Amino acid sequence: MNTTVRETAQTEQFVAPAASVLEDADGYILEVEMPGVNKEGLEISTEGTELTITGRRSLPTIDGRLIHHESRRENFRRTFEIDPSIDGNKINARIEEGLLTVTLPKAEHVKPRRIAVS
Amino acid sequence: MNLIRYQAPELSAWPAFDRWSNLREELNSLFDLPFLTNSHRQDLFGGWSPALDLYQNNDSVIAVLELPGMRKEDIGISLHDGTLTISGERKSSSRNGEAAERTERYVGSFRRSIGLPVRVDANKVTATYRNGILTVTLPKAEEAKPKRINVG
Repeated sequence: MNTTVRETAQTEQFVAPAASVLEDADGYILEVEMPGVNKEGLEISTEGTELTITGRRSLPTIDGRLIHHESRRENFRRTFEIDPSIDGNKINARIEEGLLTVTLPKAEHVKPRRIAVS
Repeated sequence: MNLIRYQAPELSAWPAFDRWSNLREELNSLFDLPFLTNSHRQDLFGGWSPALDLYQNNDSVIAVLELPGMRKEDIGISLHDGTLTISGERKSSSRNGEAAERTERYVGSFRRSIGLPVRVDANKVTATYRNGILTVTLPKAEEAKPKRINVG
């Protein structure tokens, strides 16, 4: 079963979605634009320091002849190199209206800490 | 003492270009990414221009736009003189306390207009927004629909 999925993935064409990164003291927030992708079509995995996001689109089926075309049909895939300070077990993701938000918290020991002066 | 990088004078006439490349460099150094080739980035310096498809069948004209991460309330649709205009504004999601922002996403307003191939009935236009895709259905005006003519 796994093997079949891998073979399909290798022959499939993907486009890299546009992304943004925000950083704060607690970690990073990654926003990825994937119009047409919902929760069911989303696959996020980590391997070492690589975070791979795949989004398969559920596009509306339109009954009609295409008379002007700008969109692309391909599914989305992009791999991000993540900072080793990120706690891989605490990565969290949600998708709303085709915008994926991934929260990547830094591990406790690398967070900035205020040290009280005695 | 600061070292100031030499800047070719002709480059200063293109501040948008310079800013874009800096952002790109920053993002690449952070995540080590290949260059993007994304369809709606074709107009690289002209702001946000969402991809638009147009379909036609016997009864309607259908416009489909990719607008990820919008709120329904922030999308405007208007019809004037056979031209469909879709506009809107996407707000920045950055909050206070976030130290750095590196972005490829457009924030701000956009406007797309397209001339419709036939007359439509403005009172019957409907729109749905789902998974970041806006679908606008514009039923054709009665006189613009194809008619079968019986041979008497």
